[in-house]
Amino acid sequence: MSSHYEAPIRKPLILGDKSYHDISNDIARPVETPPDKDWWIAFSIAMAAFLWGLGCMAYTLGTGIGVWGLNKTVGWAWDITNFVWWVGIGHAGTLISAVLLLFRQKWRMGINRSAEAMTIFSVIQAGLFPIIHMGRPWLAYWMFPIPNQFGSLWVNFNSPLLWDVFAISTYLTVSLVFWWTGLLPDFAMIRDRAVDPFRKKIYSLISFGWSGRAKDWQRFEEVSLVLAGLATPLVLSVHTIVSFDFATSVIPGWHTTIFPPYFVAGAIFSGFAMVQTLLIIMRKVSRLESYITIQHIEMMNIVIMITGSIVGCAYITELFIAWYSGVEYEQYAFLNRATGPYWWAYFLMMSCNVVSPQIMWVKKIRTNIIWSFVISIVVNVGMWFERFVIIVTSLHRDYLPSSWTMFSPTFIDIGIFIGTIGFFFVLFLLYARSFPVVAQAEIKSILKSSGEKYKKIRDKK
Amino acid sequence: MSSKSLHVLFDDDDNLLDAVKEVVKNKIYINEVYTPFPVHGLDKAMKLKPTNISIATFMYGCVGFTVAILMMNYIMIVDWPQNIGGKPSFSFIENAPAFVPIIFELTVFFAAHLMVITFYLRSRLWPFKMAENPNPATTDDKFLIDMETGPNLAKTKTMLKKFGAISIEVINNDQDEK
Repeated sequence: MSSHYEAPIRKPLILGDKSYHDISNDIARPVETPPDKDWWIAFSIAMAAFLWGLGCMAYTLGTGIGVWGLNKTVGWAWDITNFVWWVGIGHAGTLISAVLLLFRQKWRMGINRSAEAMTIFSVIQAGLFPIIHMGRPWLAYWMFPIPNQFGSLWVNFNSPLLWDVFAISTYLTVSLVFWWTGLLPDFAMIRDRAVDPFRKKIYSLISFGWSGRAKDWQRFEEVSLVLAGLATPLVLSVHTIVSFDFATSVIPGWHTTIFPPYFVAGAIFSGFAMVQTLLIIMRKVSRLESYITIQHIEMMNIVIMITGSIVGCAYITELFIAWYSGVEYEQYAFLNRATGPYWWAYFLMMSCNVVSPQIMWVKKIRTNIIWSFVISIVVNVGMWFERFVIIVTSLHRDYLPSSWTMFSPTFIDIGIFIGTIGFFFVLFLLYARSFPVVAQAEIKSILKSSGEKYKKIRDKK
Repeated sequence: MSSKSLHVLFDDDDNLLDAVKEVVKNKIYINEVYTPFPVHGLDKAMKLKPTNISIATFMYGCVGFTVAILMMNYIMIVDWPQNIGGKPSFSFIENAPAFVPIIFELTVFFAAHLMVITFYLRSRLWPFKMAENPNPATTDDKFLIDMETGPNLAKTKTMLKKFGAISIEVINNDQDEK
């Protein structure tokens, strides 16, 4: 037993009197039981939203980008806000599975699977926006440097928009293989207990014939560790490069060196908030309270509080630097942000992102499920407005006062956004009923060190 | 090799680890061990060689790094240099800062994907591959040692029982081959 020692000060991560077999049962239950009425209601709502969004996308593609609320002054607004928002949300998954793995944080094991799923689904939503914005999405492959029949017409490697193409596609594919590799032993568990031959066939196909040999596990652990080492700088690079889309331009309010760390902190902030929103519901619905405990929620709240404070610090630094720079355009951009016609968006951003997470200093609140849920939603609203503020307020009053204008979204803009939220939830709801939503093989490996039962046995000694 | 082998089932990872150490000490050959989760120290107890996959990954990363540089040098400098906002488009070194992000991304892309492909091929994992664990419970809560019988089957059995084996099955390999 000595090899499973863990300091008594650490709280148990697996509650209740669980055996290895109980863990398998608990994780396989949502997959093996038919979904209930609530799931179907949620799925229908998500599907309706998705179909509505598809309709709006089809209308955009058929008629042109003119159906959006963009005008000649504000040429980037709603779509890029959504793109950055979704990419940001997609940062928590890899952060939880990679960075926390390198730091040997065992609490990540209860939540990493769902966080990675959320990452992949939200990066898919993010990717939709630039592709729709192209107007002719079937030519999206022109973004890649492929030999072509137009003479020597290559993509421009000096452009941050092309860096984005490489960053997002690398991030999406690497996150996907990271996720799938971790899923193999868990799919194999469902495969080996399946009674229904069809289910057995499906899970045997997607588990790639995983057998759990000692050598496979040795490689599996090495691959997980090295992938985590690769994914850690990758996840930081992705939002850095997204911020370059703005920071390498010469627009006052965008042209700042603080953008990369500020965007990365904001991404982790919003990503954790989304994980919190999803898991608070999922632990209840799928009865996973033993694996996603109050302690997990508290840990995530602490991350939200810290990254929220970093983001707040960045907002104030921006204001200070704008004043200190002595550049009047820069100064005006920030004055206009805070006090101009979009003051309400700025106010929402400040109160949701800077003020609201601060209440997490109170232990009672950060261990309270209702409060955590409310704050997680508030943070995501705030982070959407952050991107809206950065993008629209920097553009709508440019160098020529004669072209100053306001931006208002059309119902198509809003419809596409709602559609991506619907698509995201369609994917997540399907995932919740067909995938092992907790990394059960990893959970089993810490049962003896962090399980409540085993900790109690050790404490008695 | 003897024509008989043993499938020894355990329900506890610590018992399994102790048993594996004892079997290795008695110089009985272990064909394979199947476990539902990574049992730490098992590879050392079985005297498995450490995996070289991280060295391979480093080399894959170097390949990605080189490919990125060669590609961008060819496209942006050699094949069709363009004046883009007055940037130094005619020298790779002077234009290199703009190439750093993609060099980094392609390094990670090559390293990560080729590593995972190597892992899948070496561990024989791919779609439509049939699982080879002899007992389906080894992905749930049981641990199985597939081993030789040793010089004295009865003695081996007693030893394994002492370490908490819950069942010992004698497998006749000759029959399997027919």
